[in-house]
Amino acid sequence: MPKVTIDREKCKGCLLCVGVCPKKLISRDKSLNSKGHNPVKFQDKGECIGCALCAIICPDCCIEVYK
Amino acid sequence: MDKIYAHPKSLRNIQTHYCPGCGHGIAHRIIAEIVDELGIRERVIAVAPVGCAVIAYDYWDFDCSEAAHGRALAVATAIKRVRPENIVFTYQGDGDLAAIGTNETIHAANRGENLTVVFINNAVYGMTGGQMAPTTLLNQKTATTVKGREAGIHGYPLKISEMLALLPGVKYIERVSLHSPQEIIKTKKAIKQAFSNQIEGIGFSLVEVLSPCPTYWGMQPKEALDWIKEVMVKKFPLGRIK
Ligand SMILES: Cc1ncc(C[n+]2csc(CCOP(=O)(O)OP(=O)(O)O)c2C)c(N)n1
Ligand code: SF4
Ligand code: SF4
Repeated sequence: MPKVTIDREKCKGCLLCVGVCPKKLISRDKSLNSKGHNPVKFQDKGECIGCALCAIICPDCCIEVYK
Repeated sequence: MDKIYAHPKSLRNIQTHYCPGCGHGIAHRIIAEIVDELGIRERVIAVAPVGCAVIAYDYWDFDCSEAAHGRALAVATAIKRVRPENIVFTYQGDGDLAAIGTNETIHAANRGENLTVVFINNAVYGMTGGQMAPTTLLNQKTATTVKGREAGIHGYPLKISEMLALLPGVKYIERVSLHSPQEIIKTKKAIKQAFSNQIEGIGFSLVEVLSPCPTYWGMQPKEALDWIKEVMVKKFPLGRIK
C-alpha cells in the first residue's frame, strides 16, 4: 500500500501539496511546528496511489513517497 | 516497500530561507535530482546569483561559487575555461540575468560558451522587496509600479530568451514553468537536456523557468501558480525557443 511521509518541521504550510493530491489525503494540521508554521498531515485509509504529485510540487522537499 | 520519491543526495536536508510556496525551492530540488541522476556531483560547479537564491550554495551539496550581481556568466566562463572537465552552470533571477547582468549574459551567449543556464523568471526583484524587473508584465503592480507597469513609462516586458535565440552561439533555449506537477516534470526534462548538452559539448544552453513569488505578487501560493498558468504564460509562452 503506497504511503507518504511529511517532514512537519520543514513544512512551511504553503498547501500546494493539498491542492494536487487527487485523493485529497493531505490537509492542514491545526497544531504549529517549532518554526510557527501550520504544517500539513497525511491521513489515509488505503486510498493513496503513490502518484508522488505532492512530492513533485513541494517547494521545501518535505515529502517522500513509498510504494 | 520501495522509496519511489526520495530526498535528493545533492540537496542538504535543511530548511531553506525561502518564503512558503516560493519556486526557488522547487527549482533547487530539480537541479539536485538531475545532478544525482547524471552522476555528476563530483564534477558539477554552480555559480549562484545575487537575489533570493544568493545562498543556494548552502542548499546544494556540491561545489558552488558566488558571483557579484549579474556577473554569474562571466564567473562561469572563467571556471569552465580553466576547468573544462567540470560541468558548470549558473542559476540566476530575472533581475540578475536580464537587468544588471544583461551585458555578461549576452556576451557569454554570443561567445557560445559551453555552459548551462537556469534562468528563474519570477517577474519581480524578490530579494530587495518586490520592485519591477525587466520581466514584469504590463499592468502588474510592484513596489515601484504601484499603479501597474505602463509601457510608456517603464517599457515593455523583456523577452531575453527570444533575444538570445538570435545569436549563433546559442544552441538550446526552452521556456518552462513550475505551475503544476506536470509542468515541473517538463521543467526537469528541459534542465536535464541543458546539462546533457554541456556534457556532450554542444554549447550554450539556457532554460527559462516561470517561477512563483507569492510574497511580492501579493498572492497565496496556489493563487500564484494559477496566475502563472492564466496570465504569465500568455506573455511568456512555454516551449522550445531554439
Ligand atoms: C551591484 C548591486 N546592485 C544592486 C544590488 C541589490 N540587489 C540585490 S538582489 C537584487 C535583485 C534580485 O532580483 P532577481 O535577480 O530577479 O532575483 P529574485 O530575488 O527575484 O530571485 C538587487 C537589485 C546588489 N546586491 N548589487
Ligand atoms: S507542499 Fe511541502 S511545504 Fe507546502 S504544505 Fe505541502 S509539505 Fe508543506
Ligand atoms: S521574496 Fe519571492 S522569490 Fe524571494 S524567497 Fe520570497 S517568494 Fe521566493
